[in-house]
Amino acid sequence: MRKVKNIAIIFLLAIMAWQTTDVAAINRFPKPEFESGHTQPATVTPAPRAVFMEYLDVAVLIAALSLITWFILKKRSRKGVFWMSVFAILYFGFYREGCICSIGAIQNVALALFNEGYYIPVTAILFFVIPILYTLFFGRTFCAGVCPLGALQDIIAFKPMPVKAWLEKVLGIIPYIYLGLAVLYAATGTDFIICRYDPFVGFYRLDASFFMFVIGALFLLIGVFIARPYCRFLCPYGVILGLVSRFSFKHMTITPAECINCKLCEKSCPYGAINMPVPEKEKEKTEVLVKRYILLGILVPVLVFAGGLLLSSFHENLAMVNSKVKLASEILNNTNYGVVGREAIEITAFKSTGQSVEELYSEAANIVDQFYMGSWFLGGFIGLVFGLTLIGLTVFKFHTDYSPNKATCHSCARCMGYCPVKPEKK
Amino acid sequence: MGTEEHKDKMSRRDFLRKSMRLTILLGVGGLAGSLLSKSMAGKMVWQIDTKKCTQCGRCTTECIKKPSAVKCFHAYDMCGYCDLCGGYFRPGVKDLTTAAENQLCPTSAITRKFIEEPFFEYDIDADLCIGCGKCVKGCGAFGNGSLQLQIDQSICDNCNECAITRACPSQAISRVESTEPYLMLGLRDDITWKNKS
Ligand code: SF4
Ligand code: SF4
Ligand code: SF4
Ligand code: SF4
Repeated sequence: MRKVKNIAIIFLLAIMAWQTTDVAAINRFPKPEFESGHTQPATVTPAPRAVFMEYLDVAVLIAALSLITWFILKKRSRKGVFWMSVFAILYFGFYREGCICSIGAIQNVALALFNEGYYIPVTAILFFVIPILYTLFFGRTFCAGVCPLGALQDIIAFKPMPVKAWLEKVLGIIPYIYLGLAVLYAATGTDFIICRYDPFVGFYRLDASFFMFVIGALFLLIGVFIARPYCRFLCPYGVILGLVSRFSFKHMTITPAECINCKLCEKSCPYGAINMPVPEKEKEKTEVLVKRYILLGILVPVLVFAGGLLLSSFHENLAMVNSKVKLASEILNNTNYGVVGREAIEITAFKSTGQSVEELYSEAANIVDQFYMGSWFLGGFIGLVFGLTLIGLTVFKFHTDYSPNKATCHSCARCMGYCPVKPEKK
Repeated sequence: MGTEEHKDKMSRRDFLRKSMRLTILLGVGGLAGSLLSKSMAGKMVWQIDTKKCTQCGRCTTECIKKPSAVKCFHAYDMCGYCDLCGGYFRPGVKDLTTAAENQLCPTSAITRKFIEEPFFEYDIDADLCIGCGKCVKGCGAFGNGSLQLQIDQSICDNCNECAITRACPSQAISRVESTEPYLMLGLRDDITWKNKS
């Protein structure tokens, strides 16, 4: 019996080249019948993390947000914010290994909105929505010390240097572009780029590719001198929170009572998010303003159109990130993924699926179409952001007191300690 | 006059601000509502469709876990308990001994245990397995295909987007409901495989 079986296998070995893999399981050898009464062991299949644990994460998020908001708005305590940051680093960072996070949840939301087949987990929706709601009510207290990425950058900002206001504004366009790209790639089901290029997740997991390790280390190093570089010049969720925060019901204030314009807090913000008072006489004349608005009113639509036109001409390049489109293009152009001497694994794998090339082409063409539409929107969006940034650079905002800029303030509560005014006794 | 105008402006700005708040609140609420209607209460986990997997070896390197969360799983029910195991031995071995140079597995993660003439049982040590898929390929080519690569849920971080998805040439990685993982051949009664007796 044993001999026969071995001969059978050797025969098989002979007729099958090593490379041809039969993926489908084939019952070549019958299930043995044991005479010694041996029973087959069951395959151990470890269960995933329990679902209720995910809800625990949501509960922790809500508790942390409530606590830090209380620290900032009521207790006016930087120490409280600091310890909440440490907690966020430990819990959402090291314990949850940076996943799930609100920034990444943008992509789940985008994918769910554009893709019928994707069922988004409730926890992802909650992680996306809850910080936005808190921001609408209290300003960016999430960024202050609940976001694991922000918390990490916040506590390493040892020697913050000021960034020129115009440079800050110009670099501030990058997060919008990143947000747009992330939504485009998520909506087309191509990739979650926010997760792939998260600079700090490797740190939390103590594990990263060399490339991401270098990027992460660079961000941490820069972060010592330029406070929160990821938050200010990359974070796509920060874009959403910044916009929402402008309209927040409440927001932390630098002074507990009335600002006396003592200038003590002027340089206290590591993020340059404090509005300085400006004398009334510097206010501009109405005619000048009107002229400028008319000019910008023409400029913005032009920028939107130009952006759409420009980016849509690159839609094929954008689509190439999609693995299906890439596969179709490699087969169409016969480029074999740049591999010489043998067939690329992707092409071998594709052949083994039995799918026809035409089917693949039509699927890929579909995705490229989506990218064409998407790149028009994305280009227009970027054009709009450029236009509005230009307006933001030229218009002049009037302030009488030192106050936090509600959009860019991360509510870290550092400035409060510099204010000499004592809270009014009730 | 000046103060009056100022006041007027302030209230107009207040009105704008209030309506913006309401818009955001309604927008976020509407978004959440519409998403909730097509969401699921549980969660999704990443799994390999073992029928699609071509054992390319990328699971070893692309997973964010080192060593990879992808491991070889043995569906004993499908196994022929062969003496000459295509997943255990290198092709063309002369003597069927457990000597390391005879083994296909680079980390010697598979143990071979004699049960009774002529049957041998093969077990995978998940701590040693790096998910390279060499044994899976061998077993699929010469045996019953009872060895399969799968994402081990006790190791996997359940990344928001599994890092292997885009690298996988077979597009074998997908989200499945967390209550239904290990949809693999031979592991569950409701999945049958070709020629099953
Ligand atoms: S800006 Fe982004 S990264 Fe920074 S704290 Fe806010 S959400 Fe987190
Ligand atoms: S050959 Fe590779 S996949 Fe198979 S047990 Fe060894 S390490 Fe794991
Ligand atoms: S989800 Fe993450 S940890 Fe799990 S297999 Fe994929 S890359 Fe590895
Ligand atoms: S990357 Fe895909 S084809 Fe390669 S071993 Fe992993 S699941 Fe299988």
